[in-house]
Amino acid sequence: MGRILAFIPLAIAAIFGGFFLWGLNPDRDPNNIPSVLISQPAPEFDLAAVDGLETPGLSRADLVGNPRPVIVNVFASWCVPCRAEHGVLTQMVEKDGLTLFGINYKDKPEDATKWLAELGNPYERIGSDLSGRVGIEWGLSGVPETFIVGSDGTVLFRYVGPVVGETAISTFREALIQAGALARGQNG
Amino acid sequence: MTPEIGHFALALALAMALVQSVLPILGAGRGNILWMQSARWSSFGQVFFVGIAFLALMQAFVTSDFTVKNVVENSNSLKPMLFKVAGTWGSHEGSLLLWTLILTVFGAAVALFGSNIPLSLKARTLSVQAWISVGFLTFMLLTSNPFDRVFPPPDDGQDLNPLLQDVGLAMHPPLLYFGYVGFSIVFSFAVAALIEGRVDAAWARWVRPWTLAAWMSLTAGIALGSWWAYYELGWGGWWFWDPVENVSFMPWLMGTALLHSAIVTEKRDAFKSWTILLAILTFSLSLLGTFIVRSGLLTSVHAFAVDPERGLYILGLLAVSIGGSLALFAWRAPTMEPGGLFKPISREAGLLVNNLLLATATGIVLFGTLYPLFYEAATGGEKLSVGPPFFNASFIPVMLPLVFAMGLGPYLSWKRADLAGVLQRLRFVVVLAVLATLVTWYLAEGGPVLGYLSLMLAFWLFFSTLREWAMRIKLFEAPFPESVRRARNLPRSSHGMTLAHAGLAMAMFGFIGSTVWKSEEIIFVRPGTEVSIGGFDVTFEGAERVRGPNYFADRGTLRVAREGNYVTDLFPERRTYPVAQTTTTESAIRSTMAGDLYASIANPAAEDESTQGAWTLRILYEPLVNFIWIGSAMLVLGGGLSLSDRRLRVGAPRRKATAPAALPAE
Repeated sequence: MGRILAFIPLAIAAIFGGFFLWGLNPDRDPNNIPSVLISQPAPEFDLAAVDGLETPGLSRADLVGNPRPVIVNVFASWCVPCRAEHGVLTQMVEKDGLTLFGINYKDKPEDATKWLAELGNPYERIGSDLSGRVGIEWGLSGVPETFIVGSDGTVLFRYVGPVVGETAISTFREALIQAGALARGQNG
Repeated sequence: MTPEIGHFALALALAMALVQSVLPILGAGRGNILWMQSARWSSFGQVFFVGIAFLALMQAFVTSDFTVKNVVENSNSLKPMLFKVAGTWGSHEGSLLLWTLILTVFGAAVALFGSNIPLSLKARTLSVQAWISVGFLTFMLLTSNPFDRVFPPPDDGQDLNPLLQDVGLAMHPPLLYFGYVGFSIVFSFAVAALIEGRVDAAWARWVRPWTLAAWMSLTAGIALGSWWAYYELGWGGWWFWDPVENVSFMPWLMGTALLHSAIVTEKRDAFKSWTILLAILTFSLSLLGTFIVRSGLLTSVHAFAVDPERGLYILGLLAVSIGGSLALFAWRAPTMEPGGLFKPISREAGLLVNNLLLATATGIVLFGTLYPLFYEAATGGEKLSVGPPFFNASFIPVMLPLVFAMGLGPYLSWKRADLAGVLQRLRFVVVLAVLATLVTWYLAEGGPVLGYLSLMLAFWLFFSTLREWAMRIKLFEAPFPESVRRARNLPRSSHGMTLAHAGLAMAMFGFIGSTVWKSEEIIFVRPGTEVSIGGFDVTFEGAERVRGPNYFADRGTLRVAREGNYVTDLFPERRTYPVAQTTTTESAIRSTMAGDLYASIANPAAEDESTQGAWTLRILYEPLVNFIWIGSAMLVLGGGLSLSDRRLRVGAPRRKATAPAALPAE
């Protein structure tokens, strides 16, 4: 019995070693978070409006049949980077005339209302995802995340983290141009 | 020229390590005293040559020698001198050199101070230590030479990551490494004992001071790192369960278990194979940390520049050292005869519970840290991250029973304890802990149940530790001079335990206070904006541009008042380092025992009408957070007191003189 027990640490260490060897594969980049949704239809969902807000709710049907691809932004009032990102998104709506939908993620309705009252509300529709269930469908890794969805309801692009700062904004604008939501050379 | 000397010195150190890894251990097998004694001089030789290499690299950093690639990549002529020196260990290559230096320092320390250790055990231990040296020296010479030159040399260097330009952080790696690498000598002792096939009370006594020294450094290193994150990163937290924090925490947990199980081996000749296993695993976890940080296996803020070749080399090193030692363990451990018997209620049983809980906690942290990798491998590429919710939900429930056991354990006697009698003595402590918790509940007006439960256990630990100490010196029971005399006669290791256990209770007050009762505001501010937080009224008075030696900064001015009375001014900064093209947050903190008022600022990301001329202000009130650092300091000092105990220092007797029965129960 003692003999077998004494082998357990070695066996566990060997298993760990196997995983490590696999993990060292040079093609593997732990920082690259792929999305299973890219080029796939957006997931089915139907979210009610945020309580106390006049902006209507959001469902999958709203993503389909728009004249240009739309932006779907996942935000929350408790999320610090969202506050920074808010101004960027507002400009895209006001200056570029883009359509912006919001998913208010795990947020108290009164906090969200207060937040939008303070910063302004650029969203055409906002769905309230209190439970975070729809966030799972979209494969969120955190808040904020921003998606570009084509007129046929296909997810074209995903940006993880706030669209803030020169590099992020130009990456995102380039994706908008690729998607056909913006004309090249159109300045914000 | 100096860099070549450094490079050559490394090669000489490798030659010495090669000799030392063969000769002494063969000598121990054949009884050749001369061969065994050769370990002494080759240990000194190793530390001498690695030390020369280290000084040569430091010289290159201090004189900003931009013909050396490592200096170009990690230094800059404008950098303050302190950080030029600290730059020596700021990179992968340099920190590896520091790692190896500390490895050889511990080998030499055993050669120098281990005069009470039998020659054969010492020779074997030093040979094992030399095997590790060989591994790391070849790693450095083959894949990570810190002395590589560049031609043509650039005009100036690329600067050390400005986040790392902080006094606390300059000291953090050396301390952490002393802890990490210090466990190497304990590992070597364990492997030597397995080879020799003999583990007894005397062995445990020889190993304990080295374990303690390593544990103290690791405690200090982790505390400093956490302190740095708190002050420098501007997030207002002190622990993030980041993979790299976790890999330094795992050896600490395991090392703490080892520290306690070695006591049982020393006093009662029991838990032998367990102690050996813990010694092997503690250092294995240190090696694992080195591997994770340097291989790019997991994503983390700490990771060094990644190179798969290096990762593969360290994995090979891990396979040989961990695999080899565990195989040796599997072969030899079953032959070790079990030691003293004990009842389910006894000091031994208490320490067994301590060990099992600490090992479980280590397992949880290990699993949580590596789960993203396992998941990715199992699903063929899907990714996820494991964050604080997992660790808080699984780690804390294991730690709370441990804290309960910590309050009880020191009252139990060896072999068989009288539980009813112990509980009798602890009635008062229970009442006190409950009362203190109720008072807090009344004053703090609410909070989560788990918070109060943790708080009650922290009070329990604190009071029961003090009560035990008071009982030993008969405080208030005997006349005061009698108590002083008893306190003097009490072994220092006993005082050390009291201090360390009370220190953990103190740190817990800090953990709980700053987690449960923390308040936070994030707002846009303009000159004149007022915020109320934690009973303070904070007014933002404006921001201005200031210059530093290698940066410029936007500095905000905050006026803090309490009930209308001026308290202090705070100056949070947002620094930009033009050379390294990085910005850092310098938070401003008003620190008191009751709590920290913590402010940091940033420019709003998008400038439109609504945010014109505004700043993002993040302001936090963290109650009791300083108790964490005080508690950590008490842990380290407690370790120091134990280390200075007579028993560990002088005349740690030879094998025959340590019949366990001759020792008084403590």
